[in-house]
Amino acid sequence: MRKAEFVMAAVMGIFSLYLMWKSAELPVGWIPEEGPGGGAWPFWLSAVMLICCVLILINWYRRKTPPSQSDEVYMDRGTTVAVGLVAGSLIVTVALFYVIGVYGALPLFMIFYVRYLGRHSWPATAAMAAIAPVATFFFFDIALKITLPKGLPIIEETIFYPLYKIFL
Amino acid sequence: MVEIITLLWNGFAIAFEPVNLMLIIGGCTVGLFIGAMPGLGSVNGVAILLPLTFLVPPTGAIMFLAAIYYGAMYGGAISSIMLGIPGASTAVATTFDGRPLAKLGMADKALTAAAVASFVGGSISVLLFTFLAPPLAHVALRFGAPEEFSLMMLAFATFIGLGGDDIPKTIFSICIGLVLAAVGLDIISGEPRLVFGNITGFLHGINFLVLAIGIYGIGEMLWTVEEHYKAGGKSMMSDAVITVQRTMANLKELLGTWKTALMGSFLGYFVGILPAAGATPGSLMAYGIAKQISHEPEKFGKGAVEGVVAPESANNAASTGSMLPMLTLGIPGSPTTAILLGGMVIWGLEPGPRLFTDHADFVWGLIASLYAANFFAVIINIAFIPAFIWVLKLPFTLLAPIIFVLCLIGGYAPTQDMHDVWLMIIFGIVGYLMRKLDYPLAPAVLAIVLGPLAEPALRQSLLISSGEFSIFFTRVYSAPIMICALILLFLPLLKPVIRLVGGRKTARR
Repeated sequence: MRKAEFVMAAVMGIFSLYLMWKSAELPVGWIPEEGPGGGAWPFWLSAVMLICCVLILINWYRRKTPPSQSDEVYMDRGTTVAVGLVAGSLIVTVALFYVIGVYGALPLFMIFYVRYLGRHSWPATAAMAAIAPVATFFFFDIALKITLPKGLPIIEETIFYPLYKIFL
Repeated sequence: MVEIITLLWNGFAIAFEPVNLMLIIGGCTVGLFIGAMPGLGSVNGVAILLPLTFLVPPTGAIMFLAAIYYGAMYGGAISSIMLGIPGASTAVATTFDGRPLAKLGMADKALTAAAVASFVGGSISVLLFTFLAPPLAHVALRFGAPEEFSLMMLAFATFIGLGGDDIPKTIFSICIGLVLAAVGLDIISGEPRLVFGNITGFLHGINFLVLAIGIYGIGEMLWTVEEHYKAGGKSMMSDAVITVQRTMANLKELLGTWKTALMGSFLGYFVGILPAAGATPGSLMAYGIAKQISHEPEKFGKGAVEGVVAPESANNAASTGSMLPMLTLGIPGSPTTAILLGGMVIWGLEPGPRLFTDHADFVWGLIASLYAANFFAVIINIAFIPAFIWVLKLPFTLLAPIIFVLCLIGGYAPTQDMHDVWLMIIFGIVGYLMRKLDYPLAPAVLAIVLGPLAEPALRQSLLISSGEFSIFFTRVYSAPIMICALILLFLPLLKPVIRLVGGRKTARR
């Protein structure tokens, strides 16, 4: 935990510096007749962020905050695996949106989560994997007219064009 | 007075239109369930479902969201009591006595107490709201850019001064929210600003929903995954029996706690009005005071009904209270109202003083819908208590993927840009990692909503004064607000000094 507190503050400090540098692409000073330049607001806020990071590091050094005193492991092995699997499956699901679309990726995500993480029966898994995309399709694509990503054009042409014809 | 009653009457006519009434009842029910889910509170419900409201007219939409907000305030207590996991931060104080009551086999008593206390809190605060909103709106009409900026400062200062969180981390959170809000095109010069890696997705700015769903949806769920893992994959349930006789006996016992409920309601309402304070500190303060004034303070923490009544009446009252500054001044009093505020901006309703004159139908319809929502929420809540016990028995591994799917689609829907979905996942993961280190994240969500309002207010004020910061201290309304903000801001710095001075006095004695 102590190490993580240091690393987070250091990384955020560097990020603040980067934001200051990035804000300075626009004028950060006073422009006559126009007021403060476009970069001034984010520039000075990033500067405050940097100061905060330094203060967090000072507190870390003086062991003032609970995370900086704690000897507890920040992420033990089991937590890393549990959270990592969930976060990783989300990333893969979003990446699959580009290839097989939302309606291909959602059932896969459901199968992975319900069957492999949840260890539920196949009937329960199949029900979740079927209901999720169908409910989403009728709610978003049909009722709200918000078209969710369909993946490669061939999928949209072969599967969804006929569906649009029926429901829209 | 007569005018207010007429306006309210018209408001009721709007709220009781069949479509709106259905939206209110639907919203209460949905909110109740979202609030009851561990890890999800009103802010999650409103953030995830906001994109769905573009189907109905703004008045119906805000009623729906307000009903969700109300319903979730009622529902937040449910998982606090049943599982010992607060349904939302606002229900943290409810776990202190609600969970012990459930362990003693009196979950039904705790749930009934929570529902009734919420109703009392909601009713008192809506009455206060009805009669205090117009005068406040009248004062708010005199507000210009400097006053607006001072108010924003006050909102952030309350977070820093009153919040018990780590101060540098709170300030960091506020600033990063404000900087994220600055991404996109500079509002005055029109130049692209903070467009990282020249990715075009940043040009349209970062929608507050992306950060809100990232932090409260993805981040909070990852946090719950960890808790679930640490609990060995088991949820901690409580046996509860519900019969009509038991419910009647519980209601009778509750009559004896009216003083606590009244105290909680008034305290909650006034804390709720403070910008950015909101329901969480309100309910914690109410719990603390209830313990102070109780005849049997030793029972607190072991299963005192007052320990449930006080925070529940306060958090409902605060949720109404926090709508007042949102509507009249455009300053949200809580993260949820921050999202409601964002929704109103999307619908083209500019919150602030003019809202009461320009969109009277909308405002009074909303106020009337609060009465209706409060009434329906208590009925639905009590009727659903047996069902909640069943839903919470659903395994976490079935609930979690549904919530994740809602998050992914909710992040895509507003801008229909995959860039935002990626950004949301990054915010979720980083938010989770920061939360583990006690970084408060609610201020960041508030800041990304207030950022686009605060920056122009500051720049316009400085333009008026040709760069003199004294403008904030020389105007009638701006000066006291700014001074309050500065006092709150420096309160944490002054505390050691006050303690030092106090310590010396006692030493001299």
